Amino acid sequence: MAVLETRELTAFYGDFQALFDITFTLDEGETVAVIGANGAGKSTFLKAIAGLLPRPAAAVRLDGRDIGTLPAYEIVKLGVALVPEGRRLFSSLSVEENLLVGAYGRRRGGAWSLATVYQLFPMLRERRHSPSMALSGGQQQMVAIGRALMSNPRILLCDELSLGLAPIVIRDIYAALADIKARGTSVVLVEQDLAHAMAVADRAYCFMEGRVSLTGRPQELTRDAIHAAYFGL
Amino acid sequence: MLGWIDTLLQGILLGGLYSLYATGLSVIFGIMRLVNLAHGDLIVLGAFLILAATAAGAPLILAFAVVVPLMFFIGYALQSALLNRALGRNILPPLLITFGLSIIVQNGLLETFSADTRRLDIGPLQSASLPLGSGLAVGLMPLICLGAAIGVIVLLNSVFYRTPLGRAFRATSDDVEIAQLMGINNRSIYALTMGIALAVCAIAGFFLGARANFDPSIGPARLLYAFEAVIIGGLGSLWGTLAGGIVVGLAQTIGAHIDPEWQILSGHVAFLIVLVIRPRGLFPRAVD
Ligand SMILES: Nc1ncnc2c1ncn2[C@@H]1O[C@H](COP(=O)(O)OP(=O)(O)O)[C@@H](O)[C@H]1O
Ligand SMILES: [Mg+2]
Repeated sequence: MAVLETRELTAFYGDFQALFDITFTLDEGETVAVIGANGAGKSTFLKAIAGLLPRPAAAVRLDGRDIGTLPAYEIVKLGVALVPEGRRLFSSLSVEENLLVGAYGRRRGGAWSLATVYQLFPMLRERRHSPSMALSGGQQQMVAIGRALMSNPRILLCDELSLGLAPIVIRDIYAALADIKARGTSVVLVEQDLAHAMAVADRAYCFMEGRVSLTGRPQELTRDAIHAAYFGL
Repeated sequence: MLGWIDTLLQGILLGGLYSLYATGLSVIFGIMRLVNLAHGDLIVLGAFLILAATAAGAPLILAFAVVVPLMFFIGYALQSALLNRALGRNILPPLLITFGLSIIVQNGLLETFSADTRRLDIGPLQSASLPLGSGLAVGLMPLICLGAAIGVIVLLNSVFYRTPLGRAFRATSDDVEIAQLMGINNRSIYALTMGIALAVCAIAGFFLGARANFDPSIGPARLLYAFEAVIIGGLGSLWGTLAGGIVVGLAQTIGAHIDPEWQILSGHVAFLIVLVIRPRGLFPRAVD
């Protein structure tokens, strides 16, 4: 059964409709990529699931339960954590405080603690007392992932993990993601970078102008089909 | 010479009172980015509530101990029931609500307590002083007031910087959207913030009433001193707010020492000078 499901999910910014009837499923332990051009609605989709945007009450389901009316601070307690686009670390908090605040509303037991996050990203342990903004982009991304893990999520929503990072750093981040998946965490991976997304995903959805334009397993999707679904050519 | 040393001492002590006025304002602005235009009137409300409790027969210390938590609950309720509804990208609605609140509190106090000037009766403490030798002395009550100002800041800082709840406050201040993703209910953080600020208003109101006469109309001037202290100190730092309060207090007593008519004006001039020299205040927070 799907752990996470959206049915005819719509989202608006004022009068502007950013998502049109998105129907989506994520199975237990699965990694699903959401790809698409800039402005396609990928971040909006993750924010609507996480509760940061108003959405129809029955449009988002977790384990078959409607969570469309819950605020963001309740949804994280049910095990859905978001790594936001652009990292968005708390700038006046140190690295370790950023991680600790990730556990603030924790209601779930699980594998993640400061110790296991530092095991996953040993670099962060050395810099634990640094202001978070003093870190490199890659290290900040590690903090953002670690911060989300501190709530012991069963579903991790990742928005553009590779954005603005050097290839070697992206490799480290994706290696860590493999570790996280190996613990049974289900992952929704938003990426503009096709190669990375397709390499780790079990399935992919392509968004175009707020709609799903293509879906399937990575090996079934041809370059031409993806290209057409990306740009509507 | 001795006169000048005495003036400086008095200025620093007066700064303690201004710092108490300003601390709540600083906390509210730091966490919610809200300027509470009713802040001065809420300080005066604190003073009147303590007065009313003593008039009803409570000993002063008991009145104080009851009114501080009472003001906390008033702040909590005010934020949950009213100000949280006006949250959003536009900062004007909450600002206007606090402006309306200022008028309501002033008129409510006028209606209930009349326009007469009042004073809290603190008994022999009123005139008690601590001799410092060579003819100098400081009043005991102003000294306690400065101590209270420092104590409040130490207490608040230890909450903000040493507890999980304090981390949640700072995270909410940094990025309220992402804070919610951490399981933080920003509305309850805001309600707690307003509660804390009003509890500090009650403490400030106590020292206001113990030190000088007060009546329902003096709130806006207290708001102005508090505002100047916060800006001089630099947004985001409570120790900066203390320093800002002391700068305003010193400027006023030095001005008064030169010519009694200059007291209030000198405070404002000091504020303008600091703004020109250091637009971000004396101790601005490193980021944002
Ligand atoms: N805060 C916002 N206010 C108004 N429009 C927005 C806002 N955020 C995103 N949009 C619009 O919604 C659409 C989808 O944006 P987004 O979800 O960020 O796309 P993606 O993440 O796929 O690049 C875009 O047209 C964008 O301009
Ligand atoms: Mg995006």
